[in-house]
Amino acid sequence: MSSEQTNLKPKLKLAVYWGSACGGCCVSVLDTHEKLLDIVAAADPVFWPIALDIKYKDVEAMPDQSIDLTLFNGAVRNSENQHIAQLLRKKTKILVAYGSCAYMGGIPGLANFSGKSEVFERAYVETESTKNPERIFPVTEYPVEEGTLKLPKFFNDVLPLNKVVDVDYYIPGCPPQSERLIEVFTAIVSGAQLPPKGSVVGANDKTNCDECKRTKSENKTIDRFYRPWEIQDDKETCFLEQGVICMGPATRGGCGVRCVEGNSPCRGCYGPPPGATDPGAKMMSAIGTMINADNPEEIDKIIESIVDPAGLFYRFSLPGSILGRKVQ
Amino acid sequence: MRTITIDPITRLEGHGKIDIFVNQDGEVENAYFQVPELRGFEKFCEGRPVEELPSIVTKICGVCPGCHHMASGKAVDAVFGVEPTATAKKIRELFYMAHFVHSHIAHFYALAAPDFVVGPTADPAERNILGVIAKVGLEIGTEVIKQRRIAQEIQALIGGHQTHVVMNIPGGVKKGITPEQRDDIVKKAEGFVEFSKFSIQLFKDVVLGNKDYVDLILNGPYSLVLHSMGLVDKNNLVNFYDGKVRVVDTTGNELYKYSGDEYIDYIEERVEPWSYLKFPYLKKIGWKGFIDGQDSSVYQATPLSRLNAADGMATPIAQQEYKFMYETLGGKPVHATLAMHWARLIELIYSAEHCLELALDPDIIGTDLRTPIEKIVGEGVGVVEAQRGTLTHHYWTDDKGMVRKVNLIVGTTNNNAAICMSIKKAAQGLIKKGEEVNEGTLNMIEMAFRAYDPCFSCATHSLPGQMRMILNVRDQEGNILQSTKRG
Repeated sequence: MSSEQTNLKPKLKLAVYWGSACGGCCVSVLDTHEKLLDIVAAADPVFWPIALDIKYKDVEAMPDQSIDLTLFNGAVRNSENQHIAQLLRKKTKILVAYGSCAYMGGIPGLANFSGKSEVFERAYVETESTKNPERIFPVTEYPVEEGTLKLPKFFNDVLPLNKVVDVDYYIPGCPPQSERLIEVFTAIVSGAQLPPKGSVVGANDKTNCDECKRTKSENKTIDRFYRPWEIQDDKETCFLEQGVICMGPATRGGCGVRCVEGNSPCRGCYGPPPGATDPGAKMMSAIGTMINADNPEEIDKIIESIVDPAGLFYRFSLPGSILGRKVQ
Repeated sequence: MRTITIDPITRLEGHGKIDIFVNQDGEVENAYFQVPELRGFEKFCEGRPVEELPSIVTKICGVCPGCHHMASGKAVDAVFGVEPTATAKKIRELFYMAHFVHSHIAHFYALAAPDFVVGPTADPAERNILGVIAKVGLEIGTEVIKQRRIAQEIQALIGGHQTHVVMNIPGGVKKGITPEQRDDIVKKAEGFVEFSKFSIQLFKDVVLGNKDYVDLILNGPYSLVLHSMGLVDKNNLVNFYDGKVRVVDTTGNELYKYSGDEYIDYIEERVEPWSYLKFPYLKKIGWKGFIDGQDSSVYQATPLSRLNAADGMATPIAQQEYKFMYETLGGKPVHATLAMHWARLIELIYSAEHCLELALDPDIIGTDLRTPIEKIVGEGVGVVEAQRGTLTHHYWTDDKGMVRKVNLIVGTTNNNAAICMSIKKAAQGLIKKGEEVNEGTLNMIEMAFRAYDPCFSCATHSLPGQMRMILNVRDQEGNILQSTKRG
C-alpha cells in the first residue's frame, strides 16, 4: 500500500491472539519482514501478547467493536482460550480464524483420537521420566496458604474457533504464508469489497496438485503404497505416482507447495479444496482412481498398505472434520 | 491479603500468568507463576508412523520448530539404527545455525530489547519492538528485520518450509545444497557474523554502558545460584547439535557428563497440582523443593548455563566475547539471571561463525544425502540444545516403526522451577513495603522470566506451582534484608 493511501484513512486497530497454538502463526506475521513496517503504518497493533505489553484487563476495557481486525490463531483447548475468543469476538469487527488450528483444529487436534484422561495419564503419570506415585494432576482451583490459585479448565476435545464463536473469515495454513496475509490485509485496508462472510481467504480455489511442479502422467496406477523412507524419491515425479501418500489432491492451494519443494509430500495444512468438506473422503476418492486392482480383496490389500490413514488424512483437520473426534 | 495478577505475561512465546500475594504490611508473601495450558503431544504422537514425527513435533513450537525437528530426526535415526551421512549431518547443522540466528535475533530485539532500549519502566504502549525501532532508528531497525529474514530464507531453502521445516528423513536429509546456493549462503553467513558483532556492541553500549543496568544485572533481585546444564563437544566447548550433556554445580565443578540416551538416569520430573507444566530436577540429588544453592536439585538450561557448563566456545570471536563476559562479571560460573541476555548474544556470534564454517566446508555440497535403512531398532533418543534449553525426544515403536510411546523433556520445561523462583525473588525484591505497585514494577518482575526466553508453547506438557523455598532479599550491597522460609 502507498503511504498516500494510509494517510487518507484512519488507522485500523489490529489484534493478534493465540489460543492453543505453537506461536508459528505469530512468527508468520513477523515473517512479513520489511512489510511489517507497512502493516503497522496502516494499523495500530492494540493487543498481541508475543510482542506487546497489553493485558486481558486492557482488552476488557476496550469498547465493543473497537478492534477492526483480529487474527485469532490456535485452537480452543481450554476455558481460557474460549473466554478470550468470546471477549475478542465482542470487541472485534472482523474476526479471522488464522491458521490451521483455529480453522480446523490443526495438529493438536489429533488429541481428539483420545481424550483428556488419556492425555493426562500419559503426560503426568506414565511418562518414563515422571515420578508421580501419588497421581497428582493439575486442578482448576487449588488452595494455597495465601489464597486460591486458578487454572483454566482443560476440555476433553480440541475445538476449532467456529465451534465457540462466530467467525468472519478463515485464513488456512500451518502457518499461513506471510504473502497471503499481506494480500488479505491490503484488501481490508484498501476498503475493497470483501468476500461473503465465512469464506476461506488467503488461499486459492485450486488444489495443491494443480500448482505442483512435479511431473504427472495420465492414468498412472500403483500396486502398493510406500513409506517415504522405503523408496528413493526421484525428486521429479508426483509422490502419489511413486506410491507415497501425498495430500495434494485433497488440499487447497495457496502455500506455494512448499513442502513438496522440500521433497516432502503434502500433509494438508491448507485444508480441503472448495467443494470438498472432508479431506479424508476427498483423499479416498483420489486414491481410488489410482489403485491397480480389479477385485475387492486386491483393493483392500493395496489400501492396507497405507499406514495410519486416519492420522494422515486428518493430520490438520480432525476437530473440524465430519469425524470431529474418535467415538468414545 | 491482596492479590496482584499479571495476566497474560507478555513478550514471550506461549501462555503464562503471575499471582503475587501481598500481605497487610505491603510485603510479598508469595508469588506464583502458572502455565495455564497443555496440548499433550506425548499422547497423540502414539500410533503415527515414526518417520512422520519430525514434521508433527515441529508444531510444538513455531518459534523453535527446527529444534524439535532436529531432536526428532536424531531420535528417528536411532529408531532405525542409522547414522546420517557426513553431508547430511553438516546440512542439518548448517540449517540449525541459521535457526539459532533467527531465534536469538527475534528474542533479543523483539522480546528483550524493549526493556533495555526503551526502558524497564517506560510507557507500556512504547515498550515493544516498534519502540525499539523508534529509539535506535529505522536504519538499524530495518537491518534487524533484514538479517532475521535472511536467516528464515536459508532455513526455507534447506528445510523446505520456512517455519515448519520438513528436511529430515531417517538417515539423512531430503534435499542437498548446490554450489550456487552454497555461494549465496556463504555471503549471507558473512553478513550474520558482522551483524552479530554489531549486536553485542549494541548490548555493550546500551546495557553495559548504563550504570543502572549493570547494577540491576549484578545486584538486582535477579540472581539464583543453581546448577548449569548444556551440551558440549569432545573438547567441552558449547555445541547445539551434538555432543554430551554436561552438568556443572553452582561452583562450576562437573557433576555429570552423559550421552543423551542416558537422560533417564539423570533427569526426573515432578508434578504439582497447581501446574500444567512438570518440574524437572536432577534425579541423583532428588527433589529438595524450590530452593537455590549447592544442595538444590534444580538446574538451569539457558544460554548462560550452557556457557557455564562448557569450557569455552568453538569459534574465535565468540570465544573472545566469552572470556570478556566472565572477566567482566567476576569469573565462572555466573548466576545473574539478566546475564542470560549477554550469553545469548555470544551464542548468536557462535551461530553466525559456525554457519559460515559449515557453508565453507567442501562436504556441504555433497550428494550422498541418505544412509539406507536396513532395520528397525524400535527405540531412540535424540538430544539437541534448543535456544531455550536442552531438548530431549525419546520414542518407542513396534517392529513396523509405528509409535508406541513418546517422552519429551522440552527446553523451557527444564527451567520451570528456576523461573518460578526467579519471579518470586523479583517480586519480593521489587515490591517494597509502603510503596505503590505500579506497572513499571510489574514489568520488572516480568523481566525475571523474560531473560530465560521461555517458550510455554514448547513447554506445555506441564504447569507451575507453589514454591517451597528460602528467600533472601538483599540490598544493593548484597546484605540480607529479609529472609523468608517457606514449605
